Amino acid sequence: SSQVVWSMLGNRQFCSYKMTTKTQNFCRNEYNLTGLCNRSSCPLANSQYATVREEKGRCYLYMKTIERAAFPRRLWERVLLSKNYEKALEEIDENLIYWPRFIRHKCKQRFTKITQYLIRIRKLTLKRQRKLVPLRRKIERRENRREEKALIAAQLDNAIEKELLERLKQDTYGDIYNFPIHAFDKALQQQDAESESESDAEREEDDDDEDVDKREFVEAEDSELSDFEDMDKLETSSEEEQEEEEEVEKKASRSKSKGKTPLKGPARRKRPYIEIEYEEETEPSTKTKAA
Amino acid sequence: AADGSGSVPGHGTDPAAPERVLFPPTFSVSEIKNKQRRHFMFLRWKQQQRKEKLALKKKRKKEREALGDKAPPKAIPKTIENQRVYDETTVDPNDEEVAFDEATDEFAPYFNRQTVPKILITTSDRPRGRTVRFCEQLATVIPNSHVYYRRGLALKRIIPQCIARDFTDLIVINEDRKIPNGLVLSHLPDGPTAHFRMSSVRLRKEIKRKGKEPTEHVPEVILNNFTTRLGHSIGRMFAALFPHDPQFIGRQVATFHNQRDYIFFRFHRYIFKSEKKVGIQELGPRFTLKLRSLQKGTFDSKFGEYEWIHKRREMDTSRRKFHL
Repeated sequence: SSQVVWSMLGNRQFCSYKMTTKTQNFCRNEYNLTGLCNRSSCPLANSQYATVREEKGRCYLYMKTIERAAFPRRLWERVLLSKNYEKALEEIDENLIYWPRFIRHKCKQRFTKITQYLIRIRKLTLKRQRKLVPLRRKIERRENRREEKALIAAQLDNAIEKELLERLKQDTYGDIYNFPIHAFDKALQQQDAESESESDAEREEDDDDEDVDKREFVEAEDSELSDFEDMDKLETSSEEEQEEEEEVEKKASRSKSKGKTPLKGPARRKRPYIEIEYEEETEPSTKTKAA
Repeated sequence: AADGSGSVPGHGTDPAAPERVLFPPTFSVSEIKNKQRRHFMFLRWKQQQRKEKLALKKKRKKEREALGDKAPPKAIPKTIENQRVYDETTVDPNDEEVAFDEATDEFAPYFNRQTVPKILITTSDRPRGRTVRFCEQLATVIPNSHVYYRRGLALKRIIPQCIARDFTDLIVINEDRKIPNGLVLSHLPDGPTAHFRMSSVRLRKEIKRKGKEPTEHVPEVILNNFTTRLGHSIGRMFAALFPHDPQFIGRQVATFHNQRDYIFFRFHRYIFKSEKKVGIQELGPRFTLKLRSLQKGTFDSKFGEYEWIHKRREMDTSRRKFHL
């Protein structure tokens, strides 16, 4: 009757396990030995059949004989195969003794394949396993928004500038930058005593320039000429500064001119103002050498 | 439907110049069915509100001036930073226990100047263009750092090799769809591992008004706003990336600024124009980090002991509560 079954299922009528593709027919039956839809591989069309299947890493040999064809519950007999590869092959052999060669051979092949992929699984689990964590859109959006707001609240530039100025005040930079605050204050007090009609504001404006303008022309304090040029001049002139007394040259209020051109001298003052120039005292050092 | 406005503007008049509009008290702009008219009336209503607000402001200001010295002090506006829920782990500068802890934790060798930082920067598998360039730029920013390709190596195997070659820190930049989006910072001789979510990565060419390339000088480090214990340890982690003695000639500064649990990284060059003014110019890449977890040992996702994990349901409940 397996003949009959095959003649029905094989080509003519419908078999629910059969999957056809362009080149081949596959059998989706879980007890199928090879996975193809053949006369010799169909578990339904063969009354004596055997397969190897694995469950949770252990391999079992399933056998079906014609005596139990009437008892579907007891149809498939299951034998646990040993973990040892060679021993398991022997077990297959002794269980399937006197069975058709085809089934024996295919069972062993299938068993080999299964052990190989089990080994591979075990090896892969030891290696690093990547876990994909899905991003959640709502949360991503929320975090981006909060980040923007935090950025605005942070006012980074101001914070950094403040911190740098703090460090300058705390003298972490040592001697590199010469904005001698204390020396200025002293000089200012001297000046105060001597001249009365200067407004404080002017003096403060000019304080900061006394370092920078050693030359004839005056640079605007907010000038955005290359910062590096400024620094160079500062560094080279720092030593001269220490030796000389301060030259107090009063110039026009710098804060008003944001331009990059040097100021045009006293033409722009708006308050009553007295210009005082002190002469350098240590300049003659060169002269003495020459002499 | 009855149009409730007192005056009769018609559709042609410009809502920018309304006359005194009278709205009867039970009228609401949303009841008008005609969309165009409703929009028009809404604009007028809005302008009127603005006017009233302005008038109120002026009145208040006048009152203030009239009072002169007796005026009550100006109210401080509430900000999120003001209203921040007080965190009990905030570090008090004079706290001895904290000082003792910090003297004996994993960063003590760095802060005692026994070790020189040496950083290894790497990525996740198969990095794409942006990530690679970002790694390179990061390597220029952090002195004494080396970039190596990952090529599918397991982190657990890399770490002992790094330790053998005297690396002090490991940075892994995780990539998703060609943009870097995560950072794992691991202090090597069994130091803590911090996992961050990285966002808004800008490479050097995308930064406007940037300066020239960062030079080889050792930059200074600014760490802002790391107040709690957790924040302190993260701050020290960042500080341990950079060598101890910054070269002030280089005038470069790397800033890690924490604001509301977001850590902003910037790299600037500064110049002191005077003793009260400093100019800064941004070079170098910028990115923001948000801490996701802090683990005690080196990178070990399965068996590691986590000091802090961000748990969304528990920790994101209040908008005024921050952890760093």
